[in-house]
Amino acid sequence: MSLTDALDVRAGENAHLVLRRATVLDPVANISAIHDVVIHDGKIAELASPGEADADGAEVVEAEGLHAFPAFFDPHVHLRTPGHEHKEDVETGTRAAAAGGYCGILAMANTQPPVSTAADISALREQARAGASVPVGFLATVTKGMQGEELTEMVELREAGAVGFSDDGLPIVDAGVMRRALQYQHLCGGNIALHEEDPRLSRDGAMNEGPVSAALGVAGIPSVSESTMVARDAGLAGYERARIHVQHLSAAESVEAVRTAKAAGVQISAEASPHHLCLTDEVVRSLDPHRFKMNPPLREERDRQALIEGLRDGTVECIATDHAPHQPEEKDVPFEQAAMGVTGLETAFAALHTELVLPGTIDLALLVERMGGGAEPFDLERPTLAPGSEANVVLCDLGAEWTVGEDGYESRSANSWCAGRTLTGRVLVTVAAGQVAFRLRSFSLGVAA
Amino acid sequence: MKHLLSIEQLSREEIEAILDRAESFAEVGRRDIKKVPTLRGRTVVSLFYESSTRTSSSFDLAAKRLSADLVSVKAAGSSVEKGESLKDTIATLSAYDPAAIVIRHPHAGAAQMVAGWTPAAVVNAGDGKHEHPSQALLDVYTLRRRLGSLEGIRIWIVGDVLHSRVARSNLIAFARMGAEVTLCGPPTLIPRGIEELGCDVSYSLDGVEEAEVVYALRMQKERMSESFVPSLREYAANFQIDSRRLNPRQLLMHPGPVNRGVELSGEAIDSPQSLIGEQVAAGLVVRMAILYELLAGGEGGATADQGEGNRPTPIGTPA
Repeated sequence: MSLTDALDVRAGENAHLVLRRATVLDPVANISAIHDVVIHDGKIAELASPGEADADGAEVVEAEGLHAFPAFFDPHVHLRTPGHEHKEDVETGTRAAAAGGYCGILAMANTQPPVSTAADISALREQARAGASVPVGFLATVTKGMQGEELTEMVELREAGAVGFSDDGLPIVDAGVMRRALQYQHLCGGNIALHEEDPRLSRDGAMNEGPVSAALGVAGIPSVSESTMVARDAGLAGYERARIHVQHLSAAESVEAVRTAKAAGVQISAEASPHHLCLTDEVVRSLDPHRFKMNPPLREERDRQALIEGLRDGTVECIATDHAPHQPEEKDVPFEQAAMGVTGLETAFAALHTELVLPGTIDLALLVERMGGGAEPFDLERPTLAPGSEANVVLCDLGAEWTVGEDGYESRSANSWCAGRTLTGRVLVTVAAGQVAFRLRSFSLGVAA
Repeated sequence: MKHLLSIEQLSREEIEAILDRAESFAEVGRRDIKKVPTLRGRTVVSLFYESSTRTSSSFDLAAKRLSADLVSVKAAGSSVEKGESLKDTIATLSAYDPAAIVIRHPHAGAAQMVAGWTPAAVVNAGDGKHEHPSQALLDVYTLRRRLGSLEGIRIWIVGDVLHSRVARSNLIAFARMGAEVTLCGPPTLIPRGIEELGCDVSYSLDGVEEAEVVYALRMQKERMSESFVPSLREYAANFQIDSRRLNPRQLLMHPGPVNRGVELSGEAIDSPQSLIGEQVAAGLVVRMAILYELLAGGEGGATADQGEGNRPTPIGTPA
């Protein structure tokens, strides 16, 4: 399904744009050349030879030296509505997504109350049609109220438009319940996204278990708390011939568990977050709860390297921010007491470009590919610049340096793991579902011809 | 030094400076009038979110011996019980313009956060299971008085290392002073990766006879219910320091309060090798030295009317 068929967005004007002499990179459609990108009536009309496209009344953006990619897709965002609108809502969260170059996001269901009924889904979809800057899809919980005990009415939820299911924020501890959900998936469809953690191993842990937690005296969450659950659920999915998506991989052992399952033919996909790809628990020595307290926790260098290797070999098919907004009063407390989570939508691409592409760890094309890889696990068409497609385009200046937080955030919350960092690479324009969803204020667009 | 937040932050020279200062206060303590005017007119707030006997009473007495005005706040009975956040509590207390805030808190990093919220000097009197720097300083002080130096001294820290801020601060302090430290306890109570702090790890007391100093940690009774140890009986059988395991050359230490018959046998506690009483006495002078170093020592802290330079002057002594 195309993004706009399955997701909801505020109706607006279709874009008429020419991105003049843009460096176009679309690893999926195998495009890598300089073109005039012609966006007409919300569609990619043409990739013309540089300088040759007829503006034909469209707004012309002088894009020489700038990069045009298929816009990104994030399958893991916390929009916090209903119940925690002081942290984020559909409007602010999708604005943050647009500012980060995203043309689609999936919202998690761990709200207050959790999204567990068809009425919840319908109400959220209505909100999205009223105020979402980019298409947004909603997951419903797997179990009623995220209690981990009884399944939600998954068929009705799907009929109401739930894109998939997740109890994210909490694991499904009971293997029997997990198995029933996987069996039931054959009836209702929809991928099941899993927060993998064994609370009996995590206990009261607040960071990765290892030398740093030992030095700080902070209770640790061992990597096996995650990886043993990944292995369990991969086993169940294989047995039931069902499909799962593993969220926010953090540990080397988990990457290996997914790799092994894939090799055995299990229908399993996996995501990694920018903060797990860029940071290790060494930064937690600062005990800064604003930037470095999240679950799963930042792990060690060997884990980070395993995630990068997973990105390279396709074990990890997508990057997901796990954008988790919190207000200062939930973070201005000692590390162990602080709320889990960091924001990431506005910085994901720039951070990964700065930390992984510029040093040569991964190719730009691989980053762009994985930034859009989150659509397919949820049966959505991935964004592409191929002519004829709906226009989902992000225009970036890969040389632009900016300091995160300096100009505030589109998100309602400021708990960015990148706060204060200087990043290289900036989103200038985002076109999502054929509409201009974002343009950087300081970036002057060309004059309409 | 603006704050005392951790032992980690201190160099060997800084540790020695505090200990030297403490020596001079020990001399004051032997006089009839044990009070010096150094901090007259200045305010020290002691803010305790956890119960404490030794640390809170010795910091309070240290502030009084230095003539500071003291405000002691315990979380129980304060606005903390009404839900006031740590940040707001600190803002409130900072309005009294204290020179120092001494804080004990059940969570790691609390003192460090407080230091960012107040202009006062902040003393970490224990933050979660992270650090307890004044305890480590008084322990180093006690050993230095006995042994002259810790250089090359072998010290075994025995017991529940996992839940002990004392173990962490002391390990760092002892190592920084040149001692060789071994952490000993059941594998369930030794944090994974702790050896990267520069110590050896032993899961049994075999070899403890090599140590010059045995430092036992408090074993909390609730650890049994969490399956860290099957029973206190089994713990004591394997890790209790008693007169059989302690040889006559060895020194015995413990941060208190002791569970008699669990981590230490009664006769070990009361033996002449035990430094436990000296540790408590050292607590007062070392905490006086800490407050002095932060508020009156170093660069520009001391002023003319507070006596002559860095040497504490007893009240009633002509300056």
